[in-house]
Amino acid sequence: MGLKAGIFAAVLTMAGSAWALDDPQTKLADPMESGMWDYHQIDILGDPADIRFDDRVVVRGPVEAEDSLNVPLLVDASAIPDVKRIVVSADYGPIPHILTYYPETAEAKIALRFKIDQATAIRASVETHDGSWHVGSTYIDAAGGGCTAPAHAYASDDWEEHLGEVRGRLWAASGRARFIVDHPMDTGLADGIPVFIIEDLALETDAGVKLARIELSEPVNEDPAFTLYFAPGTLPASLHVRGRDNNGNEIDGLISQGSLN
Amino acid sequence: MTLTRRRTLGLLGASALAPASGFASPRLAYALVPIEIGDGVWMVEGSTDYFSMQNGGAIVNVTLLRGDSGLIVVDSGPSLRYGEALKTMALGLDIRGVSAVVNTHHHPDHFFGNQVFRDVPIHALGATQAAAFADGEAFADNMYRLLGDWMRGTEVVPPTAVVAGGDLVIDGRMFAALPLSGHTAADLALVDRATGNLIAGDLVFFNRAPTTPSADLDAWRASLDVLADTEASAIVPGHGPYDTVGASVAQTRAYLDWLEATLRQGARDGLGMVELMDLDPPAEFAGMGAMPQEFHRTVAHLYPGIETEILPLGN
Repeated sequence: MGLKAGIFAAVLTMAGSAWALDDPQTKLADPMESGMWDYHQIDILGDPADIRFDDRVVVRGPVEAEDSLNVPLLVDASAIPDVKRIVVSADYGPIPHILTYYPETAEAKIALRFKIDQATAIRASVETHDGSWHVGSTYIDAAGGGCTAPAHAYASDDWEEHLGEVRGRLWAASGRARFIVDHPMDTGLADGIPVFIIEDLALETDAGVKLARIELSEPVNEDPAFTLYFAPGTLPASLHVRGRDNNGNEIDGLISQGSLN
Repeated sequence: MTLTRRRTLGLLGASALAPASGFASPRLAYALVPIEIGDGVWMVEGSTDYFSMQNGGAIVNVTLLRGDSGLIVVDSGPSLRYGEALKTMALGLDIRGVSAVVNTHHHPDHFFGNQVFRDVPIHALGATQAAAFADGEAFADNMYRLLGDWMRGTEVVPPTAVVAGGDLVIDGRMFAALPLSGHTAADLALVDRATGNLIAGDLVFFNRAPTTPSADLDAWRASLDVLADTEASAIVPGHGPYDTVGASVAQTRAYLDWLEATLRQGARDGLGMVELMDLDPPAEFAGMGAMPQEFHRTVAHLYPGIETEILPLGN
């Protein structure tokens, strides 16, 4: 009898631990009902207890991805005070993490492009400095294949000469900084092409103060393109775009309020 | 067999009960209606919407012209099933059926009906043939995704007979062939000598937003200059209604000009692609078929290149 009760208890415990492995400690009702969110909440965000879906995190993209290698996204969490970082991810795709944005002195808002591999929910998970998480979502339909195609750069044989080129500009009146960095951003998923990506980018002052920074993963598009948003009138005359790729190449460009081509 | 099928299609097309009423259809069917636009010339007008399960991808204009031994079909539609319906419809216009096909360019809605016409010459520019081989399978993947069962059995059959510019005789009918580009890398426009109709392919859209997945805007505008000089009596645009006053060429040009100006200004203002897509098209374009979807698609096609051109290099 005692033995039976013991086995019963052990089975209960195993069932209990299995349940704990699958479910996050704070289980949310996913407005996208995509089936992968629980897993990413644990795996990408580290299973925070203080987390909710929050309409103040606005994630906007096209209804359908016209070019699966260049899907535009606008994430706006500026309605949330005291943002520490914004984690942008795709529920379905071989590499879910797209980027993490640390706004530092900038607004909690970023425009980016990424590669999509199939129709999926896209998330922006916003962590505030007190450790609470606020998640916004959108859904983008796609023909797919964006992560497994070789970079366009290899169609030209001079891609290495352009590697790390920075194009961009500052718009002080509207507080915008927009820049594009020339880089193949190889995911490692195309046959015979190893991972080759920019891992870190930051906007820095002449004195080296990082005004905002981005940690990039493989799904960020080839030639990453970002708009970062600052309070109008606060940008200096010029800023450095600095970063590094996983092969140790340094990126260093200067964007200013100068003339356009 | 053919008669039964024609009869069925005719009944479906004529019946007010058929598709709109929500009755379950036993088989997806295209109801193609020929519009006579000249002596021995007909046009089948496509929907001005984007590809959908409702329209089965029948968004393209098809022109049929009487030749010495049958009908010359310009552009063959988006699917095997469309090609079959077109073949059946052609038999109703001319008992000898289709004697030749022309593809104006390599986009799938213009050549995926080719499969049905394998036994006759399928004419196109050389670069169109090459592009159909290169891109056809990828187009097919996307068309099956967008249109599902409408695409059943459709295989990619690229054009078989390469034509050049100048005087062109197909099945005894005389055309002026204009080898142009801009909508794609190779766009063939035809002027029918007998009736003066200009069959413009997708160089010209009318009351339907132009598409730009393979576009070169400068080349496109140069081609519109050529088309404006043809002094055609009327124009069959690639998409949209028959144009008897020549307004479609000017409208297409105005749209392309607006597109380019809008994208360039966006780049000068530091806009991201989502912010650009938020812009409201002016009233003259907002009411076009497939708006704002086509504008959104264009942002994806053309903005990255324009932006790279406009933003200054910082290292």
